[in-house]
Formats: sequence, structure tokens, C-alpha cells
Amino acid sequence: MAIKQPNTERRAFIQALAAAGLVSAAGPGLIRTARAADKIVVGVIYVGPKDDYGYSQAQAQAAAAIKKLPGVTVVEEERVAETVDVQKTMGSMIEQDGASLIFPTSFGYFDPHVIKMAEKYPNVRFAHCGGLWTEGKHPKNAGSYFGYIDECQYLNGVVAGHATKSKKLGFIAAKPIPQVLRNINAFTLGAQSVKPDVTTTVIFTGDWLLPVKEAEAANSLIDQGVDVITMHVDSPKVVVETAERRGIYVCGYHANQSALAPKGYLTGAEWNWTTPYTAHVKAAMEGKPMINFLRGGLKEGFVKTSAYGKAVSDGARKNADAIKSKMMAGDYVIFKGPLKDNAGKVVIAGGTVYKQTDLNLEKMDYLVSGVVGHV
Amino acid sequence: MDASGLGWWGVLIAVFGGAIRVSTPFLFVSLGECLTERSGRINLGLEGILVMGAMSGYGVAYLSGSPWLGVLVAGLAGLLLGTLHGAVCSLPRVNDIAVGIGLMLLGTGFAFYLGKPFVQPKAPTLPALHLGDWASSAQVQSALQVNVLFIVGVVLAFAMHWAFRNTRWGLVVRMVGDSSDAARAMGYSVNRVRILATAAGGFLAGVGGSFLSLYYPGSWNEGLSSGQGLMAVALVIFARWQPLNCFYAALLFGGAGALGPALQSVGITGGYYLFSAAPYVLTLAIMIATCSPRRNLAGAPGELSVTR
Amino acid sequence: MDGSITLPAPVAGGATLAMDRVRRAAEAICIPVAALLAAMMVFGVFMLLVGKNPLEVYALIYKGGFASAFAWQNTLQRAAPLILTALCVALPAQAGLIVIGAEGALVLGGLAAAVVGHALSGGSPLAVQLAMAIAAMAIGGAWISLAGVLRHYRGVNETISSLLLTYIAIALFNHFVEGPLRDPASLNKPSTPSIGEAAMVGHLPGMDVHWGLVFGVVFCVCAYFLVRYTVFGFALRIVGGNVRAARLAGLAVGRLVLLSCFLGGAAAGLAGMAEVAAVHGSANASLIAGYGYAGILVSFIARHNPIAITPVALLVGGITASGGLLQRRLGLPDATVLVLQGIAFMMILAGETLYGRLRIFQPRAH
Repeated sequence: MAIKQPNTERRAFIQALAAAGLVSAAGPGLIRTARAADKIVVGVIYVGPKDDYGYSQAQAQAAAAIKKLPGVTVVEEERVAETVDVQKTMGSMIEQDGASLIFPTSFGYFDPHVIKMAEKYPNVRFAHCGGLWTEGKHPKNAGSYFGYIDECQYLNGVVAGHATKSKKLGFIAAKPIPQVLRNINAFTLGAQSVKPDVTTTVIFTGDWLLPVKEAEAANSLIDQGVDVITMHVDSPKVVVETAERRGIYVCGYHANQSALAPKGYLTGAEWNWTTPYTAHVKAAMEGKPMINFLRGGLKEGFVKTSAYGKAVSDGARKNADAIKSKMMAGDYVIFKGPLKDNAGKVVIAGGTVYKQTDLNLEKMDYLVSGVVGHV
Repeated sequence: MDASGLGWWGVLIAVFGGAIRVSTPFLFVSLGECLTERSGRINLGLEGILVMGAMSGYGVAYLSGSPWLGVLVAGLAGLLLGTLHGAVCSLPRVNDIAVGIGLMLLGTGFAFYLGKPFVQPKAPTLPALHLGDWASSAQVQSALQVNVLFIVGVVLAFAMHWAFRNTRWGLVVRMVGDSSDAARAMGYSVNRVRILATAAGGFLAGVGGSFLSLYYPGSWNEGLSSGQGLMAVALVIFARWQPLNCFYAALLFGGAGALGPALQSVGITGGYYLFSAAPYVLTLAIMIATCSPRRNLAGAPGELSVTR
Repeated sequence: MDGSITLPAPVAGGATLAMDRVRRAAEAICIPVAALLAAMMVFGVFMLLVGKNPLEVYALIYKGGFASAFAWQNTLQRAAPLILTALCVALPAQAGLIVIGAEGALVLGGLAAAVVGHALSGGSPLAVQLAMAIAAMAIGGAWISLAGVLRHYRGVNETISSLLLTYIAIALFNHFVEGPLRDPASLNKPSTPSIGEAAMVGHLPGMDVHWGLVFGVVFCVCAYFLVRYTVFGFALRIVGGNVRAARLAGLAVGRLVLLSCFLGGAAAGLAGMAEVAAVHGSANASLIAGYGYAGILVSFIARHNPIAITPVALLVGGITASGGLLQRRLGLPDATVLVLQGIAFMMILAGETLYGRLRIFQPRAH
């Protein structure tokens, strides 16, 4: 049964498949759901509120996009804790709502919850965000997708490097896990590509949503002379607003916060989850095998950058755009040796090059030289 | 913008600025609780009132464009919840500590429910007095940016201190709190005074909550409060039910809360979780040091169930 | 009250005493049930005010929590930790203390269980699980005993101190899980090392609910017998009723207070162990899920009576389970369930005032 769909989505779908082809679970379609369907119920589960101007909101935007696809019904549930609660939620969506494709969007859902549910319901697809699906270890009807947003953080860093006068940048992060460290390092490397003696001071708040701590962290960084700030927390709203109030520059994250900081917003690193969401929905509706490992960056349309703010100079724009087009062509490497961490140890040997898809990057546990802070 | 970081001076300034910034909700909530407890009732539901005040203040400020209207409405929301607490507690055989816990739940639930549409939008914030403009360094300027509510709170602390000693209503409240029999003998309705005191306390707590969402951190979302309402109750005990001591204690707590991030910004990064526990440990230590099982706490209202 | 009541001729002494017991039991059931019904009505009015049909909401709550086997499994699973954390409030309450620190005892108990489970991994599963349970109960009990110690020896209000201890416990937990006790392989989700598949507690036969439910029910029944039928329980209740009388009677008040706190903390610690052993396999931030706070609600609605905790936990679990359906079918925010629980709590507390005031429940003069 042919499904009519506009060209752009088909193009995104093909791009996504190509990206998946890089590191995909090969093998014949072992999925038992190899039936094409023209109606599908998709369940989306958020760990926080949907409209947090941050992580969950980016996911919700993608959910809203796939809602518009013909034959797709979306059921959403937010604030589901990473305990048996999410197992029961997934079960409830499957049994009571008839969902056959589930998007559990928080990292902590994967092990053990998604794995258990995937084993229990082999006919349902589970597309988890951020997990590390491994061939042979995890069930075939589960999969993980993620985006290389560190590319956009690198571009954030480039613009920040141009904008900073004090050569001190600030990064407010929740926890020192690899995905966060990768962002901190990419941001710093991007800024250092413009001004090699730039430093980034990191403050870890300890949890993903602590508005008072985040505001305090922003203020103390600014008191130390930092004049560009970025962050990796669930809801960047507080940091962006605090930065704007104190008159410094800020680079956004997760979603577009430029409305909150008309003077200070430089650019931002945003998710474009619509790409992987659409890929999974199409695969499900067309009876194609489950896409087990989906990764992509700027090139594949998984992430995007916000428009440049007023304060970004022409030189900065040209520089960033040039690097961006190289990334879009797949020609730019962020992490290459020799690279030292901030304790002086060599973490990437000279001559080694880690392309974005390299799994070594997903185990990052260091902060590069120029970052003030400890893991 | 100042090009050089201030190092350890920066930590001190951050703690000082944080003491002013972070202490304002503590100040209002503890003053409100001080009034309530002086009348002989303990209101643990301040956490719920704080959150409800934060949400309603933010919502009204966004919808009306005026942050001060938001503060007023936040206070009214607190007044309502405080009246509810007072009314339920005035029924015989009802335990006021339990009702406080229930109010915490109810206030938080309502706030989260009604506050959903306000997580995204940006409401106007309260103005601040720039008391530090004489300083050359931007950091000192920012630390001395004192919010108007802080000034109001300080004035209120002095006013309450004076009122408890010198006005008739202050005497009535104290009498009801120390000995309900004496109050009844004088012809005052103990329940009515307590309900009024709890309602007024709720008003102040609501205003304190609005500070969180309308000034610092200046945003409404569901992680805004982390036990500040409860800490304020402990603060009042620490302050021996004196409004002026509430003010000093609030400053202390605000500074303790600002310490962790300030230290991280100069590179001291170990154990940031332990730093986040600092205000609670401080509260507990203070309570251990100042309470005693035998004597009634000096200055405690005689009718207060927490000390019986 | 009017003075002249025509009393029925007294029957044999035994029957009237039995009738009194029935009346007391009826009072203990009817008033809370009436309060809950009143809460449902108030909640219904709230739903009307926000533009939803209350009958639809009630129907969905029933459907989500109690209408099908799947719903029941959902409810039972959610009720399991609540039973134990509610005991953490109910047991000290027998001694007159209002302790709300179950969340802290749960996380520290879970951490202890995970550490012990990993250290002993490779041993026989039953022995490992037993060791985990003992460690969890010991740590949880010790933590809540702190609140008891502070109350008895320093007069610090236990409600405030137990809540402060909860925040401190969570900070300690996070510090250890992400720092010294962290499994280096657990990169993106900091956890302690796994206790191993063999030591995991499984599901009840034929059901989708883990054994934690049985731990809870057994602990509940034991607590009930302890409180109602042992000397210790009796002594506890005297302390809870009137401390001065207890002292005059020569009871070791301090020891009783500490023991009741220890038992309550042990229950919450066991809940933590169940979460680790049956769900996660290690200790990580997902353990901090608010079970402790929900347990407070359960215990108050059950009026701190251990035997009532299990049915009330099922009720609260069912309401929480239906939250998902309310979100998905009616577009209501998840806080809806919080509002209902808050209203129910306040109604139950307000209903306290009716005890001893309704003539129908009072013992007759004889």
C-alpha cells in the first residue's frame, strides 16, 4: 500500500537510513513486525515537563511534527520517573492504547526498563534516545538514536571565541557524564580555534533541574569575569535569563532560547529530533526492520544551530559558517590528537583522529586542557 | 566589563551577594511563620504556600504585565491557603503538624497543575535598587543590586519586632500563643486570632515565593523550591521567635546556599553534592545546639505543639 | 446533648462489649471512607472548574487502577514500596512521633544493599539477598533513629529533623554514587557496580509484580501484631498517648522511641533494597523517586494503623497508576493526581475531628 508523503520527509528518511548505514545493525529483518500498516499509534514518554524550554521540549517538538503525518496517532506522557513507573507506562501504552512504536526519551530509561519491556513485547518497537544499543547484547526490537550536538557546541564555541573579551568562558553542567563532557570539550575546542588561550570554567550543579543553583552558578561565573556562558542542563531558561540580566553573552542549548535574551544570545545548539522520529515512524509503517542504531550530526539533520544574534560580528559569522559547511560535508573532525586533558595527560595520541561516529567518544571521561574544573 | 576575575574576593562577594539574593524568600517565609508560631500554631505547609505563591505571582505578572500585581496575588494565594490551614486546625483533635504536611502536598499539587501554561512564557521581573553603582567593579555592582522586596522584608522585620512589643495586637497574638486560657479569660477568641495569624503568615510566605519566580532565579518551573519552606520553620526556632533574629538567620542561610557554586567557580570542585547539603546540615546543627529536652526553649510560645 | 435518652434494656454484658468493638471498628472505617468520598467530590468540583467532566475522570481513575488485570498489576507494583515507606511513618507514630524521613532511609538502605550485594556477588542468591536486606534495614533504621535520638535527647522536633535528614541523605547518596562508589563502566548513568543477575529478586509467580510487595505485606502484618498484641507495642502506644504517664509508669521511654524509629527506618530501608534488587540491580539516581513522600500520605490516610496500610497503599497506588491514563486520554497534567492526593489528605485530617462526636458510633452506657 503506497503511502503518500511529501518529498522533504522522504529525503530526510533516506538521509537517516544512510546515516544508519554507517553503524547499523545488519542482518535480515528479524523483527516480527514486518507488516506494513497505514495506521500507527506512537507513544512518547518524557522524564520532565514537555514545555521546559529544553530537553523535553525538543523531543515534544518532534512528537508534534510526527503527529501531522497521516495515519499517526501520538499519545504522550510526561514526568515519568526512571523506575518501574516507566515500565508500567510503556506497558500501559501498549496494552491500553495499542502503541506499536514507543519513544522513551530519557537516558535513564534504557537499562533496565526499555530492555525488559522490549524483551516482553517483541512486536513493539522501542526507540530510545541516547542509549548505546549493542548488537548481540540488546533485543532487536529496541534501538537507540542520538545526535552529535557537540558539533553545534563547537560552533557555539567558535562564535563565543570571537565574542569574548575577557577570554573566560563559562559552562554550567548538571553531571559529569560523557555526553556532557563531550559538549564542554567541543565548546572549548571551538573557542580555542579562534583564541588559543581561552579558558572555560565549569560548574556542575549535580542534577538536571536545579534553578536556584543554576542561577547562583551563573552569577558566580560572571563575578569571576566570564563573559560568555553556555550550559548543559535540562532547562536552560534560568541561565539564559540570568546572563541577559547581567549583560553578558550566552549560547543556547537543546532548543532556541533567543526570545529570552534578545541582546546577549549569540547562537545555540538545538536538536532536530524530527529527523530520527520520522525515520522510525516510516520504518514502522512500512514494515521495514527496526533501526537499531541511529546517529547523526549537522549533516544528517539531527541537530541544527540557532540563527545568529545581533551581537555576532561578521567575522565570527563567516568563520562559523565556513566550519559549518565543512561539517555538513562530513569533512570536519573535532577530536583529533595530540590532545591533552586539563591535568596534562595525553588523552588522544598524536596522529589519531576520532570521527564523530567513533564509539570511543561516547566514553569520554576527561576535560581538555583549558577547562577549569574536575570530572 | 571587568576583565579580571576576583579569585577569592570573588567568593566573598558572591557569598555576600548571594546572602542578599537567596535570603529574601527565607526572610519573608520565616517572618510569616514567626507570626503564626507566636500565636501558638505551627504551619509546616509553608513549602506548598511558597510554591503556590511563586506560580501565581509569575502567572499574574505574565498575564497582566505588572510584577507588583503578581506579588499581591501571590500574597493573596498564600492568605487563602493559610486560612485553610488555620480553619482545619481549629477543628478539635486535628494535629496541626499533619495538616501542614497535607498543605505542602496540596499547595505543590495546585501550583504544578495550574502552572503548566506558565513554564515557557517570560514574565516581567521585579525592579532592583542599584546600591552598588559607586563601585568600579561590575561584580560588586551586581552583588549590591538589592531587590525592593528585600528592603520591604527588612523593614517588616523591624516593624514586627516593634509591633510585638508595643501594640495591642502584638500583645494579643503573644497572649494567645503563650496561654490560650488567659486569652480566653480576656475575651479574645483564640481560634480567630490563630486563623488570622496563620492567614497573615501565609500572605508573607506567598510574597516570599513570588520573589523566587519574579526576581531570583526569575523563572517558574517545577524545580523552583527545594525545601526552603521547611528550612524557614527551622529558622524561626533558631531565631527564638524574634523577628530581628529571623532576618540575621535568613542572611546566614542565603550565604550558605551561595557558597557551593562560588567555590566551584574558583576551581574547588570536589564534593559539590556535600556543599549542596550545607544549608540543611547547618539548620540541623543549629537546631541541635539550641533545643533542649528539659527546659522549654526560652522564648517559645507556651502553646506551640512543637516544643511540648 | 439532651439528658433523657431511653436506653434499651441492657443485654448480657458480653454482647454489649462486643457491640462496642464493632462500633469502634465501624467508626474507624466509616469516617475515613466518608472523608475520601468527600475528597472525590471536591476534586470533582475542581475538575468541573477546569472544564473536564468529573465522571469521565472517575471512570478513568477506575480504569487505570482497578478495572483490568493489567491495571491491577500496575497498582500492585506501585503500592509495593508504599507499604514499607508508610510503615516508616506509622511505627514511630505509635510512639507519638511524626517522622517523615522515609525517602532518606530508602535511598541509604538501597545504597547499602547495592554495596553489600556487589561485595558478595557470586555467593548463593538467597544468602546475598538476605545480606542485602539486613544491611539495608540496619542502615535505614540507624538513619531514622538519628531523628529519634535528636528528639529524645535534645528535644529537636522530629518532623523537621527527619526531613532535613532526608535532604542530607540524598546529598550523601549522590556524592557516593557519583564519586567513591561509582562503577567506572557506568558512564552516562552513574551507578554502583551491579549486584549481578543471579542476586536479583524476581517476580511473583504468574504476575508482573516483584517480591517487594510480599516484603511489604509481611512487614505490615508483623507490625500489626507487634503493635496490637505484644507488650512492646502496648508500651509504645502508652508513650504515644501520654509521655508523662509512661514515665511515671516506669517505661523506658527513650529506648521505646528509638526502637520504634529503628523499625520504621528498617522498613523504609527494605523498600530501598527491594528497588535495588528487583528493579535496578544497582544504586543510582533513579532510586530517588518520591516513594518516601507517597508513603507519608498512605500512613496518614490509614491513620497509622499497620493493618490498614496495605489497602490504603493499594488505593494510592491505583490513583497514581491512573495518572498516566488521565494524561493520555484527557490531556490533564500529571499534577492532577497530586491535587487529588492533597485534597484526600486534607479531608482525612479534617475528618479526625469527627471521632468521638457522632453518637451512632459511641459506646452505649451499660
